[in-house]
Amino acid sequence: MLSTIADAAWSAPVIDYHALAPEIVLGGGIVLLLLLDLFIADAKKWVLTPVASFTLLAAFIPVLTLSLSDGGVRSLFDGRYVVDDFSLVLKGLFLLAGYVVVLLSADHIREGDYYQGEYWFLVLSSLLGMVMMASSRDLISIFVSLEFLSIPAYMLAAWRKRDSKSNEAGIKYYLLGVFASAIMLYGMSLLYGITNSTKLVDIGAYLGSDMSAIRAVAVLFVVIGFAFKISAVPFHTWAPDTYQGAPTPVTAFLSVASKTAGFVALVTVVYVGFPGSSEVWQPVFWILSALTMTVGNVMALKQTNIVRMLAYSSIAQGGFILMPLAAAGEQGVAESALRAVVTYLLVYAATNLGVFAVIMAVSRKTRSGEISSYGGLFSYAPGLATLMTLFMASLAGIPPLGGWFGKFAAFQSLVSAQNNWAYALAIIGGVNSVVAFGYYGSILREMWMRPVPDGDSSPVPIQSSLIVALAITGSATLLLGVLPGIVIHFGDLAGLAGAFGG
Amino acid sequence: MLSEHNWVLSVGTFLPLVGVIIMLFLPKADEALTKAVGIITAAATLAVGVFTLIQFDYDRAGEMQFVADHEWISVIKSSYFIGLDGISLPLYFLSMVITLLVMIYSWNHVPSPGNPKAFFILMLILQTGMAGTFISRDLILFFVFFELVLLPMYFMIGVWGGENRQYASLKFFLYTMFGSALMLVAFLALFFKTGAESFSIPYLIENGLNISRTTQIWIFGGMFVGFAVKVPMFPFHTWLPDAHTQAPTQGSVILAAILLKLGTYGFVRIAIPILPEAAKAWAPYIGALAVIGIIYGALGCLAQTDMKRLIAFSSVAHMGYVMLGISTLTSFGMNAAMFGMVAHGLITGMLFFVAGSVKERYHTLEIKRLSGMLLQVPKLGWIMGFCAMASLGLPGLAGFWGEFPAILSAYQPADGLPVEVFRAYMVIAAIGTVFAAGYLLWMFQRTAFGEPTAEFSPGHGHDEDIHDVNKFEWVAWSPLLIAIVVFGVYPQLMFKVLDPAVGVTLKAFGG
Repeated sequence: MLSTIADAAWSAPVIDYHALAPEIVLGGGIVLLLLLDLFIADAKKWVLTPVASFTLLAAFIPVLTLSLSDGGVRSLFDGRYVVDDFSLVLKGLFLLAGYVVVLLSADHIREGDYYQGEYWFLVLSSLLGMVMMASSRDLISIFVSLEFLSIPAYMLAAWRKRDSKSNEAGIKYYLLGVFASAIMLYGMSLLYGITNSTKLVDIGAYLGSDMSAIRAVAVLFVVIGFAFKISAVPFHTWAPDTYQGAPTPVTAFLSVASKTAGFVALVTVVYVGFPGSSEVWQPVFWILSALTMTVGNVMALKQTNIVRMLAYSSIAQGGFILMPLAAAGEQGVAESALRAVVTYLLVYAATNLGVFAVIMAVSRKTRSGEISSYGGLFSYAPGLATLMTLFMASLAGIPPLGGWFGKFAAFQSLVSAQNNWAYALAIIGGVNSVVAFGYYGSILREMWMRPVPDGDSSPVPIQSSLIVALAITGSATLLLGVLPGIVIHFGDLAGLAGAFGG
Repeated sequence: MLSEHNWVLSVGTFLPLVGVIIMLFLPKADEALTKAVGIITAAATLAVGVFTLIQFDYDRAGEMQFVADHEWISVIKSSYFIGLDGISLPLYFLSMVITLLVMIYSWNHVPSPGNPKAFFILMLILQTGMAGTFISRDLILFFVFFELVLLPMYFMIGVWGGENRQYASLKFFLYTMFGSALMLVAFLALFFKTGAESFSIPYLIENGLNISRTTQIWIFGGMFVGFAVKVPMFPFHTWLPDAHTQAPTQGSVILAAILLKLGTYGFVRIAIPILPEAAKAWAPYIGALAVIGIIYGALGCLAQTDMKRLIAFSSVAHMGYVMLGISTLTSFGMNAAMFGMVAHGLITGMLFFVAGSVKERYHTLEIKRLSGMLLQVPKLGWIMGFCAMASLGLPGLAGFWGEFPAILSAYQPADGLPVEVFRAYMVIAAIGTVFAAGYLLWMFQRTAFGEPTAEFSPGHGHDEDIHDVNKFEWVAWSPLLIAIVVFGVYPQLMFKVLDPAVGVTLKAFGG
């Protein structure tokens, strides 16, 4: 067997280095971080923070130049790795979200006496996995990217070594994550057995709309595997414990970047790999979406810990993101559904990172994660309270903040299917978005209308890195709501949906 | 369409936000400065409003003027499309006047727990939302402005309100949000049923006719709930008494004078012209709920012991007259309704001002504890009497021209509506006016006539805050009092602006 491989004529693939530049920069940064960490003294380890953030910003530059160049879709490695508008928008999102996470982590990690070098190494590795995920169009590269982004995340969740909750967070996340990978891998192996290819386009062409039981099982297993990643109900059980136990910046990272990566993979696989199998995945998404937003909302209503509440809130938001996919197989809906998902992800990332920035600032003073510790925040930290109000209103979908447009785009895309299933889901979604105000509003009520719990109304100290993070996320949240056109202008997403039979 | 000076409306709408940004950077401790900046902003906004009033071409009041149409969210086919006609102009201008007056009143009346900076900022944001709603010509733009008022009012009630403020603010918020969710679904349905081309109101008016009658009725139903919650119509009114009673004076005035009108305005501007068939089908039911509201509101008033709560219930009754006028779908009724909206804004706004000042002086609004205001605070007492008269629809004051023609219009509703039913409504509504006279005079009599009660009579230690109308109150109130008289004596001033625009709105009903 070895000899046959050796005998075959092998020609090196032509590599478009410009298209791969973001990944190369990130990879270089990771190596640099590791080396620096080995050779510099502990006292100077703070240097690693700027190195990490500059790596991310440097990786963002080729994303910009690529989106400005008019080379169209760049297809590498026989179409298994594609750089198009869709992937560029998401790469940009991952890198910026990563940058904000670095800003959030900076002081937390230094003060907490954590292993700084390794922390940055793991965050950047995970981000590299996400950036690769956005371009992967092949089962193997998707799986590799997924593990690449997940394994560092498992370790990050357990970062507070002596805290049993953090250990629990890591273990739960790891076990369920591996379980999900196994299910997905099984689905993928079935797909390969059926179609004799790992390339998504080939799989899509071979499957067509012809659905036998074995094909349906294969599609179902892959979709369910990703449902774990995006913490869709009933596969969400790891999320609240993991979010609560992990260090706060890591939670921000997991709830935004990691979740987005899950959605990206899901959308890519469904749109490119199973475009004709909508009769299998549409009902699945319908059920997942309805369950996810309802259960997430109801559970969030009774939480008293803010991070745990946000965990359920983020589950519920996932339900809204899934909503347009439940009708994406209908005539003419595919493109608007994809656009809605991407828009929602962008808005959600900006808003949720902002929420975590506020939480980190406030918890430095109150040393508490209880919702009641936000009592009277407006009286002693009006700036933070106002920003938190904007973020909460955005998550609740109140105009003119980003969240409303995300929800609106999702509803519009869903309703455009004009069938009863779509209407029914839209009604469930509508009721849920009103219910959601119950818990988002409870935070507003604490901040604005309740007295300060312990009477300590000294001002909250905010580090400069958090100010930058708040400025980025706050202005993005506001801007996306007032002028949502700018997001859509960013990438005409027809590339992915149009090229593959949407 | 006229499009000269098409910057006027945008400036008038967004100028308050410029003030907000300036105020964000002012030190919180310097209260006088922040208040001054707030009032100057509101005054500048009103100046733009006056300029709009001057530039408005009254001979073409039926047409949209100062039209601007810019790309906004092209992907969902929504644009920044604004304009002003005879229907929007009075409300647009009224919102600016009320905001300025309320701010002047707030100079020395910032309710507990203080923080004028936040209070003034919220009022300016409210102003932008209100003005924007009245100029929007695109449903999505309308929706965004319509929702923009939600959070500031929520905080205004919830932070600066009375004892039950948290309950009242949450109730206000959830009711309105539920209504807007249904309204948005109705907007989306309208969008797809007209070919998914545009959210612009003129486009939808042209193409709404092609929707089948059954679908129209469903879509109208969605909008109905959204707008009826805001008006509020019976049975969606239960948030209003709580919100009004708990809100600070300023919140009550803005709520009564402008926010309630967003609902009725929505009916006149959006629901009825776009879906005429459905409007006809719904009209008898709307009329029925309107007269139920009139009687229910009146009976509610008679049962109240709290002055502010009484005025709140009277709002339900008055908005009933407005909705009755609208439900006739005639030019006569619609004109009366539009007039009634402005008149109610002036009069009830004024009554809430008075109630706020009474509360400040006597620390109670309980009617049975108050007495002899005419002896103790004669000016305040007489102003209250004047407003009560205006509110019950005394001829010669503004209230009359909203109420009387609305009742009269029910005698002859538009073609195709059941005449007998509307005549029955007319009779019931007329009985309602008797109740109105009853409860308002009763309130006035009990609080203003007679001797001051023992606890507030001089020398009992509870009268140190009791003084007559002060200069900030005079400045804030006189424009409203003058307007009530002017529009009462010369209603043509407003009818001539309204009438052409109402005619255009009712084109589908043959005038």
